[in-house]
Amino acid sequence: MDPAVIDLSRLQFALTALYHFLFVPLTIGLSFMLVIMESVYVMTKRPIWRTTTRFWGVLFGINFALGVATGITMEFQFGMNWSYYSHYVGDIFGAPLAIEGLMAFFLEATFVGLMFFGWDKLKPVSHLLVTFMVALGTNLSALWILVANGWMQNPMGAAFNPDTMRMEVVSFRDVLFNPVAQAKFVHTVSAGYTIASVFVLGISAWYLLKGKHSGVAKRSMTVAAAFGLASSLSVVVLGDESGYALTDNQKMKLAALEAMWETEAAPAGLTAFGIPDLKERKTHAEIKIPYVLGLIATRSFDKPVEGIFSLVAKAEDRIESGVVAYGAVEALKVDPNNVAARATFEQHRRDLGYALLLKRYVADPRTASPDLIKKTAWDAVPNVPVMFWTFRIMAGIGVLMIAMFATAFVLVTMRKHDTKWFLWIAVLALPLPWISTELGWVLAEVGRQPWAVDGVLPTFLSASSLSVPQLLTSITIFTLLYGALAVVEVGLILRAIKKGPFAQHDPVPDGETAEPEPAVA
Amino acid sequence: MELPIDYATLRVLWWALIGIILIAFTLTDGFDMGVGALLPFVAKDDAERRMVINTVGPTWEGNQVWFIVGGAGIFAAWPFVYAISFSGFYLAMFVVLAAMILRPVSFKYRSKRPNPKWRAFWDWGLFIGGFVPVLVFGVAMGNVLQGAPFRLDSDLRAFYEGAFIGLFSPFALLCGLLSVSMLVLHGAAWLTVKAEEGPVTERARRIGEIAGLASIVLFAAGGFWVAFGGLGFRIEGLADAAGPSNPLRGAAAVRAPGAWLDNYGRHGWMMIAPILGFAGAALSLYGMRFNKAWAAFGGSSASAVGIVSTVGLSMFPFILPSSFDPRSSLTVWNASSTHLTLFVMLIVTSVFLPLILIYTSWVYKVLWGRSTTGALTTNPDLY
Repeated sequence: MDPAVIDLSRLQFALTALYHFLFVPLTIGLSFMLVIMESVYVMTKRPIWRTTTRFWGVLFGINFALGVATGITMEFQFGMNWSYYSHYVGDIFGAPLAIEGLMAFFLEATFVGLMFFGWDKLKPVSHLLVTFMVALGTNLSALWILVANGWMQNPMGAAFNPDTMRMEVVSFRDVLFNPVAQAKFVHTVSAGYTIASVFVLGISAWYLLKGKHSGVAKRSMTVAAAFGLASSLSVVVLGDESGYALTDNQKMKLAALEAMWETEAAPAGLTAFGIPDLKERKTHAEIKIPYVLGLIATRSFDKPVEGIFSLVAKAEDRIESGVVAYGAVEALKVDPNNVAARATFEQHRRDLGYALLLKRYVADPRTASPDLIKKTAWDAVPNVPVMFWTFRIMAGIGVLMIAMFATAFVLVTMRKHDTKWFLWIAVLALPLPWISTELGWVLAEVGRQPWAVDGVLPTFLSASSLSVPQLLTSITIFTLLYGALAVVEVGLILRAIKKGPFAQHDPVPDGETAEPEPAVA
Repeated sequence: MELPIDYATLRVLWWALIGIILIAFTLTDGFDMGVGALLPFVAKDDAERRMVINTVGPTWEGNQVWFIVGGAGIFAAWPFVYAISFSGFYLAMFVVLAAMILRPVSFKYRSKRPNPKWRAFWDWGLFIGGFVPVLVFGVAMGNVLQGAPFRLDSDLRAFYEGAFIGLFSPFALLCGLLSVSMLVLHGAAWLTVKAEEGPVTERARRIGEIAGLASIVLFAAGGFWVAFGGLGFRIEGLADAAGPSNPLRGAAAVRAPGAWLDNYGRHGWMMIAPILGFAGAALSLYGMRFNKAWAAFGGSSASAVGIVSTVGLSMFPFILPSSFDPRSSLTVWNASSTHLTLFVMLIVTSVFLPLILIYTSWVYKVLWGRSTTGALTTNPDLY
């Protein structure tokens, strides 16, 4: 297959997924913050809380529209651009996506209209229930998407069937309770809650700095400080690493993001800084924090953490074994009743994917020389410097967020909502969690390379048989459309912030100001 | 583990379930898209346009999920069909996506600024988001009936031999126009039920009458084409209904002109579907002419159910035949997920589909009543 087709397919998927992921975490987190604010309104019956809820609801809506619009692309792109992937793992991967639609997205999308239009049609408690359904739907949606993604990272509960030339489900329980998927879910929704808290905190801080809408801003800041502290702690403590000791590929990911070439004796130290060198296959100027990595990765003091060299050697063995499995599958294609071939296949089935790595260089893996196998084993290593740096920036921002929310929490508890220096920090911190979540996605997906499904199907085999002009057309128009919509969305959000909470729906109380709407803008 | 429902039965059940999901999409998001396509023609000023948009404003989002669930359901139940159809119709699908990306933002962003140029721009977004997908879905259905130009190699990787322009054959265009008239009729009928009575409903009924007539004529023309235009595929020999999902194994499909009518000879009851397609459109026409809103809407719904079912029933057990290499054709028997996946997904669907119907009905009940221009000034939440 034309390598340009694969690169362009990856580029398009990365663009559309990263773009989608700009809006989704905010939706995930803000929906629950709306529930919190509206609950306070229902309990206290104070109209200011209703105004607060509706104001953040307006911003939620502007963001939600783009999340939905870009989600449509995601749902169909597997089939459009990753046709062989869709066939190869559809028996497993399609199910969580369909369940997401039935259980989660329907709930969210059906109630979201009522959430916006039903304020005067429903009793306050019923409306709160509607808002809760939207939040529940949004978060369940994340669960099923991450079950699907978690399976790509750690494909449990499935096996290759030579009769249908694809992976098939053996145990749905394993797919659902995949520890990688569970860890990812907690990590990702916590990141969403943190983004929403930073969003609410930053905009409230801006109002307080301008001396506007302080009633709404102080209340919002209090909610954001508490919710943000809990979420930022959970995002770091319940990080993604818990699954990293599970399989060869997860170990490889850990070794790559640590730029750890040699196996580290127990208890392994965490590299705080270093300069990974791909040519020499070593890391210069390392600064290590003792014990920490061993604790995070193995949850123990006595297990070593494997390095890249040792994992590459393992990959080499698995490629050799995979070639045997590949030969057996070819024999079964010709004669499905070949008992000997089936027995051979059963013995080597778990390494079949490794033989497919050779297809980048030779059409038939059985013809690969030992040298080629040695060289191909190094393909199993993801891009070390990218992994190393994205992890450090992502985690660094995570730690900063904890510090910021801890400060915010102390300040709001002491009723010092108008601490100027902190308000500026809160405004300036606005872009940080987005950078962090996007890098988190890069880390997860680049870390999975060269695989589309870890150890099962290489990315370069997964693409559809499309042409370069087809892909250029779609990438160009998606980029233009998405770019234009991003500008419009940010413009509308800024406009809504400028108009403030009282211009949206409610009469302006004494002592508050609202910008009047110009007749024609 | 022994599953309580056998593989062949599950395969037929999933064929029916996917059909039901696609029909639900046609019935619900169909009128949203029809209303979008009608927007420039039934509403002449901003107040009328807002009133029309708000007939679907609070509910279109939930309706659109039928489309998402349709895609994901096909992925889960028929991975082959998902993999081959969406990549084979790549640019057509891309056009649909681009149009459907415009739709959510057009609904949401239009009302955010009073500037007439701003609003006119998003009005076009709503028109494109309604008209274009409806046209392309029809054209795609036409292509499915004709067979798509793909072949499978021994790894079951798909290759395509067709160009984008090849999708627009005369028959496919006819199907595209049928799809447009069917859903414009449905959208117009929705407006007669849900819009404030007055100039807008007058215009909707006038356009609805034309669309209803066009539906009847185009559906009949499509029927003749299917019967005498050389379309059709047939399975040679006996298909293994419980065999492995591998199109290259088992009984092969061949071209067989006229074969799309075979099923009606074998199972007479299937004639209900085309009859419903015509009778529903006729009932809707009656409703439009004599101002019976619910007859118009009931009729357009029945017609849409009939027309979509006709396509599915005519092709059974085919899902996506290959015109280039009929042996590679995808059928209910060779393109499904495993027995286990179909079973688990059936359980999930039988739990959640009724729940969805219950809460969706509740939402429609809360929002019951006509959209009016008067409400626009009193309710600041409206689009």
